[in-house]
Formats: sequence, structure tokens, C-alpha cells
Amino acid sequence: MRRDIVLCGTGGQGTVLASKVLARAAMNAGLSVKSAETIGMAQRGGSVVSHVRVGEGAASPLVGLGRADLLIAFEPAEALRQLPYLREGGTLVTSDRPVVPVSATVGGPSYDVEKIMATLEAQAPNLTVVDAARAERELGSAKVLNVLLLGAACRTGRLGFTTDQLRQAIHESVRERFVELNDRALDWQG
Amino acid sequence: MHREFLMGNEAIALGALAAGVNVVAGYPGTPSTEIIETVRKRRGDDVYVEWSVNEKAALEVCAGAAYAGARTLVTMKCVGLNVAADPLMSLAYIGVKGAMVIVVADDPGPISSQTEQDTRTFAQLAKIPCFDPSGVADAYQMVQDAFALSEELHTPVFLRPTTRVDHGYEAIDVADESAWEKSLPAGFEKDPARWVIFPKLSVRAHAEIEARNASLSDRLSAYPQNRLERESDVCAAPRLGVATGGINYAYVRESAGADDCRILRVATPFPFPEELALDFLDGLDEVLCVEELDPVIERALLQVCGRHHLPVRIRGKLSGDVKPSGENSVAYVADLLAIFLGRASAPAPAALADAPELPVRPPVLCAGCPHRASFLAVKEAMRLEKTIYCGDIGCYTLGNARPLDMCDTCLCMGAGITIAQGVGHVEPDTRCFAFVGDSTFFASGITGVVNAFYNQADLTVVVLDNSTTAMTGHQPHPGTGVTALGEKVAPVSIEAVLRAIGLTVVETVDPLDHDHAVDVVSRVASEPGVKAIIFKSPCVFVSRPQATSHVDWSRCIGCQRCVKTLGCPALVPSPDGKVAIDESQCVGCTLCEQVCPTGAISGGASA
Repeated sequence: MRRDIVLCGTGGQGTVLASKVLARAAMNAGLSVKSAETIGMAQRGGSVVSHVRVGEGAASPLVGLGRADLLIAFEPAEALRQLPYLREGGTLVTSDRPVVPVSATVGGPSYDVEKIMATLEAQAPNLTVVDAARAERELGSAKVLNVLLLGAACRTGRLGFTTDQLRQAIHESVRERFVELNDRALDWQG
Repeated sequence: MHREFLMGNEAIALGALAAGVNVVAGYPGTPSTEIIETVRKRRGDDVYVEWSVNEKAALEVCAGAAYAGARTLVTMKCVGLNVAADPLMSLAYIGVKGAMVIVVADDPGPISSQTEQDTRTFAQLAKIPCFDPSGVADAYQMVQDAFALSEELHTPVFLRPTTRVDHGYEAIDVADESAWEKSLPAGFEKDPARWVIFPKLSVRAHAEIEARNASLSDRLSAYPQNRLERESDVCAAPRLGVATGGINYAYVRESAGADDCRILRVATPFPFPEELALDFLDGLDEVLCVEELDPVIERALLQVCGRHHLPVRIRGKLSGDVKPSGENSVAYVADLLAIFLGRASAPAPAALADAPELPVRPPVLCAGCPHRASFLAVKEAMRLEKTIYCGDIGCYTLGNARPLDMCDTCLCMGAGITIAQGVGHVEPDTRCFAFVGDSTFFASGITGVVNAFYNQADLTVVVLDNSTTAMTGHQPHPGTGVTALGEKVAPVSIEAVLRAIGLTVVETVDPLDHDHAVDVVSRVASEPGVKAIIFKSPCVFVSRPQATSHVDWSRCIGCQRCVKTLGCPALVPSPDGKVAIDESQCVGCTLCEQVCPTGAISGGASA
């Protein structure tokens, strides 16, 4: 199985942990895995991208443009920014809740979330939208967006792992006191 | 052996430990920082590791240890090598008794650095061998090869990963701790003819180094990591080759048509494996050099072609076929190869029709960052003055962004203080401020303060003391009273250092006490000579919020003064103009409460 996955969001949203969970699931399944992270200044609220490449034959840790099977976006504007990574027929899973940057409130380009969501719907035929605000209300936590999105990605059937494989990898990646919350986030369906 | 999923920097650390490293030192800097952090976590008790005050200190500590026979590892980012250049250039002549591997993390892009300098070029200048890994597994192997070469030849050796190798991850096989080499340093032996650099020693050593590097070039042609990969179809004409190294080798391997070219993977850009390059060039018509930063491989191949009168056309950065600056990518290299091979390149993803403009996300100071309060206090106190705000390297460089706009210059570590001094000599009527972080103050700020004080400058040094090295992920420094080993030690007091230099006006103030902070700035800045303000308040990653602020919407008048003054990411304007607080980001710093004209914000508290 070869799977190229790109995760994107803004610094501090938890993309790094999500890509580590996927890598762990791959290793547990005995598969080769490479990944790449944005680490450094961009983590201070900038755009961040993680690449995860599962299966034999990946030379580079980075996915090429137009080659990702799956794009998991933590934020709609970042989904649109990184959409060129998605291959034709690829699957997009995105949170619908914007993270509005300071620049948009002090004179930079504004954030038109409705237009961005409409563009995503038009450009990405295989689109799953996660209602992050409602999920957070129902789960009672804003800290599990990453697992929420991984759960939704898993249910598209394009992730290449079963929910149980993912659950195992999450249990191995988070602190014990957060296991129950993450389990609920993984299974949450809007 | 066992398998681990490792970051490139973690693999470098484990490779060094497997090679029996005794002493490790470095200064934090993206993308190199995780090497020392991993050594710290995974080392045996007999391995010494430290965060040094700067890269020069780190290299000198390791030089001393290596004189005494230890195997040593020094780590830094690309620009850190400039700070360490003075001891390094001389050490190349003196050499070492044990081993010294210097890991310098280069940063094409640059993603988190000031320059796009190339340590492969620096290796040519310093005349010391350089290894260039293409991935995580390579990095693990090459750091061990570098130790072996260093110990055998008694010379410092570079390992220079780039960001995508440092921060790439891969599941690789690594040695169990029980299989790590054990190295027992033999101790220092007095021998002034060996350890004291004098012109007579230097001229002799110079000749020896040139001879060594010439013979090393032959030997490295047989180094298995320098590889010639033959084309699958030898009849194709014109006959084409691709020369590459580092992460770009991985990008070439991802490109369509790579199997139809002969490929030279250069793992040791210096000394360049000339014999292997001659094999590679034999019968070729054209070569494309795919590399980032400097055209090191391209220049070396041009030299080989010139020396041997080979009619091979060498393409790359110098010929204009490859872009001169910036980071390469899988897509860019695939396009380069397609053009070189005369094939249609993969269609670029169609531009999205009618796509909305996207918001931009430059990095910003975190919600509740005390630097925001410090900048605001100076800005308010100096509202009617002609000023210059000289910044420095750290999170506080982000004070340049709107709405704060409090960073007029930024050059390199520690430069803000002396640049403020220089501006002051030319513009005596300008109030000159130099902002410097606590870690940067120790790294290279102190000499600047001494220089300014001694030379009778008129400026205000503003030390932003957040009790950590924040930008690189919260490493301790001399002011924190904790070492890399976790020992509690006597902290070095910034205030005492400033007073010892001779400054008589040194005020320490909490920047989150806004009105008081403004008063202190006004008072201190009006004093003559060199004076200092220490804004002391912990980084939001070090402190713990007690309660978040909230907005009483019956009192919020939608003026958005908080948003427009502070630019705090936790302040989110709603469509009707009133402001809400994102509780997932707010740390209760209360700065917005203090600038709100109607008292609509309250409730915040931090530890």
C-alpha cells in the first residue's frame, strides 16, 4: 500500500501529533514511513504543513504537488492554500472553522470563510467537512481537533488504516489521562 | 539493532552516541536544536552535554575536550558557524587528538534563518572534510563515518544536513545502547609544538592539510555513500547525467526519467571525489547539477572538466538552468529534469478559477506574550520622540509586525546594541533603543554593551527577559539557573552584569504592569549615556494561566482599540465590531484589559 498524506493548519493546532499518530499506525502495520514537519518560526501562528508518506518506494519525505492521496486540513483557508498538493480524485477532509490571523484584522487581506468553503466544495469533489465548533461543544474540549479530523479521514476509507489501528496508535501517542477524550473524538460523527 | 521512527536530528544524536561521543556542546538554532535535546534524553551518564552561551564557546569547549582525547560533537545552525568561525579556522590547522564532528544545519529557503549560506563552501574555506546526508538513515550512518574519519585524520569534520533532513522523519534501524562504542579519552599531553598556534606551525600545517585533502579526494571516490548510478538505457543520445547531493538526491529520485540518466550522488562535497566524478563524466554530453544554496557540485565538475579537457556541458545555477536562491521542492526538481530530458513536464495544477484571496499568516507573537507588553510600553512612552528601535534575533523580532511595528533593524545575534550606538553617532537627536532577549544577551549582547558604555554612547538597552530561549523551543541559558543536564546552578544576573559593566541606571520592571512600565521607560530614556531596562516576565510556555479574560459585550463599544493596539491573536473581532476572546489562546496577561477605554474586559490572571 502506498499513501501520500498532507496535513495542514496553523502553528499550535496539533498537526505534528496527528502526523506522528499516522506514522505510528504505519509502523505498527509493518509499513515503511517517512514524514516531514514545519518546525521553527512558522509555529508562531504561521501556516504549517506535515507530509506523511506510507509504504515502500518513497525517496523524499516531501510529497510532490498534485500527488497527495489525502489532504487533512485543520482550517479552511489552509485547506485552500495547500489544495495544489491533492492529486486528481484525491480526498479532502477539512475543519470548517477558521483561524483568523491578526493580519486580517489590522489591514491585511480579509478572511472570507464562506467564499473559501464554496471554492473548496467546487474544487474538491471528494470533500468531507467536519463541524469543529459543534464537535468541541459536544466533546467539551478544543484540544482534540487533530484526532477528530483523523477519525473523519479514517471513515472516508482513504487513510489506509482501520479505526482500531488508528485507536491503537493514538493510545500509544497521548498521555493516559487524555485517552478517553481522544477515543470519543475519534468516534465523533456529526 | 532495533527500529525507531526518528527525526533526522534525533538520528544524528543517536549516531553520535553509537560512535562513542564523550562531550557534546552547542547553541540552540533552528533547524539544529533537537540534536542536543536528544543527546540529553538518550545519553549514558558518562556523556557530558551542555548548552553553551554561543557557538564559539561550544566549539572551544569541544576543542579542549578533543585535545584531551575525547570524541566530541558540536551543533549549530548555519549562521552559528559564523560565530564559531574564529576558533574553527585555527583549529583546522591545529587539529584534534580525539575526534570532533561539527554538525551545521543549513537552511535553504531560508525557512528560519537570516542567510542562505552554504556550509559546503565553508568547508572549502576551512579546508576540512564535509559530509552531506540525503535523509535520516544517511544522517545516522554519516555522523558515525565522520567520527571515524575525524579520529583517524586528527581533524574536525563537518556534517551538514539541511532543514528537510533535520526535520524529516523515517523509520530506521539503529544500534541498541549495549552496542554503542565506548571511548576512553587518553588525556591531554603537553606539547607546545602541537597545541600552540604560531606562524611557523601554520605554514607547515597548511601544506600538510592540502596534501591530506588531495589524497582524501582519491579515497572518498571509493566511499560507498558517494555513488554512481548507471543509466538504464546506455544507447540514448545525447547522453545525460545528473549530479546532486543532500536532500536534492531524494527529489531527483522522485522525478520521472531519473532512471534514464546517469546519476552522481555526492556525499562528500569536500574533498570532492574527483576520480568518481571522472567515471561519471565519461561519455556524457551534458550534466545537470541539482543542488540548493551554492553551486558547489557544479563548480567542482567544471573544474574537473577543465583540468581533464572534457567536452561535457555542465548545467546548473551558474548556467542559469537552476534558480540561484531559495529552496528546491519535489515539483521544482521534477520540472528541471523534464526540461533537461526534453520531455513535457507534468502539467502544473490548474490555477483555481475565481479563488478568493487568502489571508496571510506571518508568524506572530503568541497570545499573552510579554514582549508585546514591553514593546507597547516603549511605544507609548516615546510617542512624541524621534526614535530608532534596533531589534535582534529571537521571538521579539516578530515585534516588527503591525500593529506594534517596533523593530526598525535586525542584523544578527547581538547586533542591535552596537547598531543603536552607530546610529546615535550620526543622529544625536534620535532616541536609540536596542531590544535584546535574555539568551541573546548572554550569547553576544554583553560585548556590545561594554563597547557602547566604554565609547560613551547614548542609548537605552531593553532586555526582554522571558526566562528561556523561546524561539527554538525553550532551552535553558545562564540566566535560568538550570543546565542542559538539569542541574540547578547559580543563575547569572543580567542586572548585576549590567551594573558591573558600569551602568548606573538599570531598572527591572514587569511589562504587564502597563502604566508603571510606561513611566519607567520615560524616566530611564531621559537619562544620559547607556542605561538599561530589564522587562522581566516569563514566556507563556513557561508560566501557567490562572484565568482567561472575557469581554462584557454590554460595555464593549466596538472601537477595537485592543485589536488595533495589541494585535493579540486571542482577540477576535465579531461581524458587529465587538471583540471576543478566544479562550483556547488567552493566557490572562490582562494587557487588553489595561488598554480598553471602557473597562469592558476583565477576569484575566496569570501566574
